[in-house]
Amino acid sequence: MCLCLCCVVFIFLILIFYMKMMMGSSFPEEVLEHVFSFIERDRDRNAISTVCQSWYEIERWSRRRVFVGNCYAVSPVILIKRFPDVRCLELKGKPHFADFNLVPEGWGAYVDPWIEAASKAYPGLEEIRLKRMVISDDTLKLISKSFKNFKVLVLSSCEGFSTKGLAAIAADCRNLRELDLRESEVEDLNQSSGHWLSRFPDNYTSLVSLNIACLNSEVSFTALECLVGRCPNLRTLRLNRAVPFDRLAILLRRAPQLVELGTGEASDLRPDVFSPPDVFSNLLGAFSGCKELKSLSGFWDVAPGYLPVVYPICPRLTSLNLSYAATIQSSDLIKLASQCQNLQKLWVLDYIEDLGLEELAASCKDLRELRVFPSEPFGAEPNVLLTEQGLVSVSEGCPKLHSVLYFCRQMSNEALRTIARNRPNMTRFRLCIIEPRTPDYLTLEPLDVGFGAIVEHCKDLRRLSLSGLLTDRVFKYIGTYGKKLEMLSVAFAGDSDLGLHHVLSGCENLRKLEIRDCPFGDKALLANAAKLETMRSLWMSSCSVSFGACKLLGQKMPMLNVEVIDERGPPDSRPESCPVEKLYIYRTVSGPRFDMPGFVWTKDKDSALGLS
Amino acid sequence: MEKKESDPIKNERRNGISEEKKLELRLGPPGEAQSIHYVGLNNKINGAKRVWQETVVAKKEERKWLSKNAQNQYQDLSFTEKTVERVFPTSWSSASLHSSAFHMDTQKQNQQPKPTYIQYPSISRRLSVMAEESQQTCGCRVAEMQNSDKKACSSRPASASVSTATAEPINSQKRIAVAPVVGWPPIRSFRKNLGSRNFSKPAPKSPNETPKAGSDGEKLVNLEHHMFVKINMDGVPIGRKVDLKVYDSYEKLSFAIDELFGDLLAAQRDYSAAKKENKVGDAKAITDSLHDSGEYTLIYEDNEGDRMLVGDVPWHMFVSTVKRLRVLMSSEISTLRLTTSQDEKTPL
Repeated sequence: MCLCLCCVVFIFLILIFYMKMMMGSSFPEEVLEHVFSFIERDRDRNAISTVCQSWYEIERWSRRRVFVGNCYAVSPVILIKRFPDVRCLELKGKPHFADFNLVPEGWGAYVDPWIEAASKAYPGLEEIRLKRMVISDDTLKLISKSFKNFKVLVLSSCEGFSTKGLAAIAADCRNLRELDLRESEVEDLNQSSGHWLSRFPDNYTSLVSLNIACLNSEVSFTALECLVGRCPNLRTLRLNRAVPFDRLAILLRRAPQLVELGTGEASDLRPDVFSPPDVFSNLLGAFSGCKELKSLSGFWDVAPGYLPVVYPICPRLTSLNLSYAATIQSSDLIKLASQCQNLQKLWVLDYIEDLGLEELAASCKDLRELRVFPSEPFGAEPNVLLTEQGLVSVSEGCPKLHSVLYFCRQMSNEALRTIARNRPNMTRFRLCIIEPRTPDYLTLEPLDVGFGAIVEHCKDLRRLSLSGLLTDRVFKYIGTYGKKLEMLSVAFAGDSDLGLHHVLSGCENLRKLEIRDCPFGDKALLANAAKLETMRSLWMSSCSVSFGACKLLGQKMPMLNVEVIDERGPPDSRPESCPVEKLYIYRTVSGPRFDMPGFVWTKDKDSALGLS
Repeated sequence: MEKKESDPIKNERRNGISEEKKLELRLGPPGEAQSIHYVGLNNKINGAKRVWQETVVAKKEERKWLSKNAQNQYQDLSFTEKTVERVFPTSWSSASLHSSAFHMDTQKQNQQPKPTYIQYPSISRRLSVMAEESQQTCGCRVAEMQNSDKKACSSRPASASVSTATAEPINSQKRIAVAPVVGWPPIRSFRKNLGSRNFSKPAPKSPNETPKAGSDGEKLVNLEHHMFVKINMDGVPIGRKVDLKVYDSYEKLSFAIDELFGDLLAAQRDYSAAKKENKVGDAKAITDSLHDSGEYTLIYEDNEGDRMLVGDVPWHMFVSTVKRLRVLMSSEISTLRLTTSQDEKTPL
């Protein structure tokens, strides 16, 4: 429908342009601006801004939403210069592998300079969304003071701040609608002045979404209850483990209009001991009263005996995240999941096992996204009966399944082929076979052919993560068939530079490539240097790229920042042929950054590269 | 602060991988007595067991770096700023790979990101922060690890990450293989330890609880088979938990509590007084008195909130009504009103 609208708008624009050409008179700017307001996608807006100078001007003045995929690709100054009136800013910082501790502490991604600049240039800023960035309490305070109409703060996998910063947001952002701390690391400062939640003023009622699931600290239940009670528009509430499960009923009764709920912790709840029977029926009643509830998460340490309290809402659920529910085993998982016939998204631990996935495939025909996480990722032997079969079952039974993240311990080419044929509509396929370089367990061959089938059959595949035993051959397949591939993650794979070359030369839409522990070296990188400017970023760690190659690349490609991340010390203290630890290359229009820590080297760093 | 290495490592390994972002001090090769902590990952690369973490290059010849020099440098590396500053400035030009092993994932206790060029001093400052943090460890091993931090179940047990694999195969856990790899399997930190609690509550996990994910033994699955209640003891700031379902008589419970707090107090005796709230000197007296039966009194709080003397009712009735336990010194009984009273509700 959106596409249709865009088409209509585009046609309209073409007409206007035609009229302008024919009639020689200019169209009132206000009209154009109004038309442009229907165009939201960045790509489309970028396109219309290239039509002519006046359209460029109108577009840039009317752009309200800006997304910066790499905070070092552009600077605040450049951004503000081009777009003077931005209301929603979204920034991403560290590379994805930072999630797995591959990016050393202090690497960068500080948002403070951005907010500093925005506080002066964008007083009307309403939304800030950050991912993998470092934000300080002072900056949070600055946000709360600078933007009078501030509405949305989403901090996804961020760090660097504490409950003190949250208190400032709570106290001063009168129009705040969303506070979402998803998976961030928040320090708890245990303020003596009171819990940060109680800093929301008594007359503050505009909260729509609150996600504090990642908070490790105590939460004042009274403050929470009051807050929930006085905000009639509250739709999303994701609690942290400090909120006991049995008190959930109180909150649910205050906010029966909730659409998304994340429960707290339930470990003290034991239905068979001395917990009064009231608790169960209380919770059951409270859940039954939530007629709008569509998404559930949390479930830390819930005793399986309490699961039935959510049964009344299961048929309405579209999203279920049980990936923290370490106390719920297969049979209870099956019982729960099989009641959620309208489920579209399921995140679960591998306790669900093959049997559970089979059941899921039979019951949840609307399933679109499945993520199966390992319960014991560091165990040497399997602790659950989860194999490739589970994934095959789901691929067979769920016609709308298009996004998969699957951790398992064995895989076969045959299974991958089957999955590929079953689900040609797959768009995101991330498979992690826990032991690196694991071959096809049936034939002991590499899994090249299996993944090859995936890229060949799934023509709309945008994201792919590889694992298992893989040779250069799989990269040939990817380069040949992965034409729509935008993000590729590779680990412990390949034989030679040829592998990397296949990917860089073949995948036309590649934006992000992250590689670790592969024998890829200089040749492929240098041969495809130009490709790197068409991508957002390339990460390579524990590979065989020499420092000399990095220098050369930095020299030849001025639009790239070639960052050598090496904690062993200055790279020029070692021979140039010595491979670098980690390499992060990204395109940028703002040149080398000025906040690099001691272990990062780029071409303009005198000490290391010694270039003129 | 000295590092307490061998026992804490083993204990932590039993408890499973500690959670969240923590100090992952990954160091060298076999033979390193100290500071052998690894991210709890196992991998057999090419069928061969790796004995140390492989963050850096795949090339095998790079591993020659583990010269004596590097090793010696690491042996000195305790969680002090001083040591860090000593290590860092000298390390850059020497052994090639050693600091690659020195990964620091710390909680952001001191994280003040600066948009300016960050030099080594800030790294060492972060290390000193981690040093302090490393004192805080989670769980029932707190006392044994001579950690006085009150937040026993700290959300940031920045102690060296539990290793499911070490440089030397000193673990006997059947599930865990050797050879950890950084960042593999690719799961977020907060997913690594799903079984264990990773948020701050006053009472730590009971030693009776089965180990959590990542360690050997069975997972704690059905809470119905356990009944954990908190137990505090006078003079001991950090409480414990006992599983009442393990015992079937008062005698066995009494003995278990004896053992529980005997260990705790013994460990505390060695503790530096700086972080402790209570007098260290009394610990010895308490320990001694513990072993003489009758020198302490066990009371409990029932489901109606009343404090009762343990032993009056039949065991099964006791189990069905008890909510928490407390060990009082006999001398305190006279000063204590045992029945519920609103004004004097000292925490049990």
